[in-house]
Amino acid sequence: MQTGFFIFNGIRRNTHTRLQFPGTLELMQSKVNFMRSLWAIGLVLLLGSAQAAVTDVTLDNGMRVIVHEDRRAPVMVSQVWYRAGSMDEFNGTTGVAHVLEHMMFKGTKNVPPGEFSKRIAAAGGRENAFTSRDYTAYFQQMQKDRLALSMELEADRMANLVVSDELFAKEIQVVMEERRLRTDDQPQSVLYERLMATALQAHPYRRPIIGWMDDLQNMTAQDARDWYARWYAPNNAVLVVAGDVRADEVIALAKQHFGALPARALPERKPQTEPAQIGVKRIVVKAPAQLPYLLMAWHAPTLKDWEQDTAPYALQILAGVLSGNDSARLQSSLVKTQQIAVNASAGYDAIARGPGMFMIDATPAKGKSVTALEKAIRKELERVQREGISEAELARVKAQVIAADVYQRDSLFYQAMQLGDYVTAGLPPAALAGRVGKLRAVTAAEVQVAARQWLQDDWLSVAELDPQPLDAQPARASVPGVRHAH
Amino acid sequence: MLINAPAIKALSIQSSAIKTMLIKPFLVALLLVLPLSAQATLVIQHWQTPQGARVFFVESHELPMLDVAVDFAAGSARDPAGKAGLAQLTHGLLDQGAGGLSDTAIAHRLADVGAVLSGRFDRDRAGVTLRTLSSASEKDKALELLARVLQRPDFPQAVVKREKQRLISSIREAEADPGTVASKAFYRALYGTHPYAHDTAGEPAALERLTRGDLQAFYRTHYSVPNVVISLMGDITRAEAEAIAVRLTAGLSQAPALPALLQPAPAAVSDTRIAHPSTQSHVRVGALGMARNAPDFFPLFVGNYVLGGGGFDSRLMREIRDKRGYAYSVYSYFQPMSEAGPFQLGLQTKLEQTDDALKVVQETLRQFIADGPSEAELTQAKSNLTGGFPLRIDSNRKILDYLSLIGFYNLPLDYLDTWVEQVDAVDVAAVKQAFARRIDPDQLVTVVVGTGDAR
Repeated sequence: MQTGFFIFNGIRRNTHTRLQFPGTLELMQSKVNFMRSLWAIGLVLLLGSAQAAVTDVTLDNGMRVIVHEDRRAPVMVSQVWYRAGSMDEFNGTTGVAHVLEHMMFKGTKNVPPGEFSKRIAAAGGRENAFTSRDYTAYFQQMQKDRLALSMELEADRMANLVVSDELFAKEIQVVMEERRLRTDDQPQSVLYERLMATALQAHPYRRPIIGWMDDLQNMTAQDARDWYARWYAPNNAVLVVAGDVRADEVIALAKQHFGALPARALPERKPQTEPAQIGVKRIVVKAPAQLPYLLMAWHAPTLKDWEQDTAPYALQILAGVLSGNDSARLQSSLVKTQQIAVNASAGYDAIARGPGMFMIDATPAKGKSVTALEKAIRKELERVQREGISEAELARVKAQVIAADVYQRDSLFYQAMQLGDYVTAGLPPAALAGRVGKLRAVTAAEVQVAARQWLQDDWLSVAELDPQPLDAQPARASVPGVRHAH
Repeated sequence: MLINAPAIKALSIQSSAIKTMLIKPFLVALLLVLPLSAQATLVIQHWQTPQGARVFFVESHELPMLDVAVDFAAGSARDPAGKAGLAQLTHGLLDQGAGGLSDTAIAHRLADVGAVLSGRFDRDRAGVTLRTLSSASEKDKALELLARVLQRPDFPQAVVKREKQRLISSIREAEADPGTVASKAFYRALYGTHPYAHDTAGEPAALERLTRGDLQAFYRTHYSVPNVVISLMGDITRAEAEAIAVRLTAGLSQAPALPALLQPAPAAVSDTRIAHPSTQSHVRVGALGMARNAPDFFPLFVGNYVLGGGGFDSRLMREIRDKRGYAYSVYSYFQPMSEAGPFQLGLQTKLEQTDDALKVVQETLRQFIADGPSEAELTQAKSNLTGGFPLRIDSNRKILDYLSLIGFYNLPLDYLDTWVEQVDAVDVAAVKQAFARRIDPDQLVTVVVGTGDAR
């Protein structure tokens, strides 16, 4: 629907590494907007909007309301973010956050099934929702004078959802189809999923957002109801409105529609800290494909104290130096000069509730092995660790950061998305506004230090796609769900 | 690089057309209220450079940036016989060495000023877009690089060789994706010997044979002033826009405008089954649709909202997903192109329910063609489309895309101004007539990828 937000997806072709969407328009658009480079993750998130007027208040019931005024066009986007994503799930019911997101369109005590979408559509709106590891968010884009409708409907489904057994039984089938489409039949997605489950052993980020197929097959309507009862409360929600609106009017509307909903005690969230990795991990995934593929992931920090932390900023610059333009280091060395890869990129996302990963992915050129490719990548990283980066490279990445900060103002949706992403990760809007300044302050020496500190072999996990013939019949019992499907 | 991700690009072409369809057009009554706030209306300025290049421009100073699109009639439908992939490869090579600057120098100089050079490529068009800051120094450097890659591509021998291999690899990599396999097969079945039939990325065997001379020749005959449309959106004045247009076309050849493509002949009914080791089958059903300038564009566009273009409002979504849980994604769309583009319905579903899902799709289509939409459905469609018009032009990027579209397909300059009126004017009878005229439910092309029983 809205161009751009699939940029958050991370690894190329894994259109759901961070987000799951319930609709179909997005599916098509995911291809449109697909950014091959992992660097894109960094770029998007670095777009603070310095000149934006952001209002940030908390209602008496604990619901947070953030308003970003932007009068370029007579439209607005309204998003409700719940701080409940796949990381809050338990084994046995993985995927329930995303399943509930689907059920949120299936009717309440007051609004019959299908009616929510119908009313938004009739008002000329576009709407959808997305689930990530950290949150579940719902949005409407409409003409500016239709905000009340969106709030009325969102407030209603925050409190009055009805999850019927009958509609659940249909929708869980839809979600399983979604999993087949996005993961099971996409070898690089399977590789990503298995790599995450390997790199992390304790932290819930190890589980796929969409859930393991076996958990989906055994999920019940009651699991979805329990999830809703646990997390869907005003004091676990953030309303972000951006567009041609007035903050005071938005806040008044929010009080009117959401203000009466009572706060509820939220379950305790355990840290589930990942124990330090103590040696490289390697996996091989065999799947039908024509080409091999390599994915490498190092544990990395995420931004917690935006004013004091330095490594998350330095790692973003590093990702830019490695693959921020068509002739950045990985591209220039591996693809153009050595011609050992047909593609290579690096990515790092500093904004998350949980731990981070610095990742590199690459496809070997014809006749080149994954082993040789990995070796060449390591050489590039060692070069950064040993010699650092040049001032020219640093300046180049910073120029891109500064320009991107202007460009992102062309998309209202992005701007709202960034605010929600930061705030649900526990960061203040000031961290977004201050981001460009922090990135501009990064030195070449800090980048070198970060590369040395974080890109260590003992913290590395490597996954290799071992391509199997496409003309063989489905011999993929190793992919959950395939067995069941037969 | 323009050819950054050929496989993904191959996918995105089709989808960008979908987006074009879903998101396309717009309106007028609202213009007083909607466009960028600094302007009372969205004023599209149009002229020709002294050389004869057509230019479309919207001036907007709200953001300190400039978007430029330069489009040529040099899409894959222009591939010469036996050279499928030449158009894509030529397009991808533009920024891989130009005017004596290496690929690396070009990429670095662009990044140094924060500029973003991108390519877009489909069956009709080969385009280059530039986004830059509008501050003088950055803008000037970025435009210099854009002019250089458009006017003086070097096609270095070694780079041609490298990029051929990358393009072939991307084609191979995409063969694992059942959706891509289905799309390619659908176009082949629908278009037969017409130049729309082959995939935009071309064929590996043909690519292997291409030479630097092929690229140079293709470039000379297609990347010429009579074949170009320039679109500009953003923080520059009219005088500056005129100067930029001249600068961008100064070094282009005057090779004559390309002749229109042949009209595709209606496809015979067919049913193609392709084995694939996937857990789902990917189903495509369709027929020839409409050309971009078709007189019944709006009845088909609005009608398709009801059939399969309107998300949760659409019949296909209701029948396939809501009622039966058969698929996550199910849709229909017309993709208007220079000549008749496809009308296509699609879904993905687990293997064992493929035939059931296919039957529901066929029946839904048959019924829609027989009865048309109900009054209530049509009202809902029009209400969404007209009410959502402001969202279609709420950013510089979206407006730039409309300028390109209007320019490339010779749509009227007031296309956006009359869009809402045109949507509002559609009635049930018009939809019914247009669909009945265009789509014969007994003459469909069907492709299913993922079954075991290949035919």
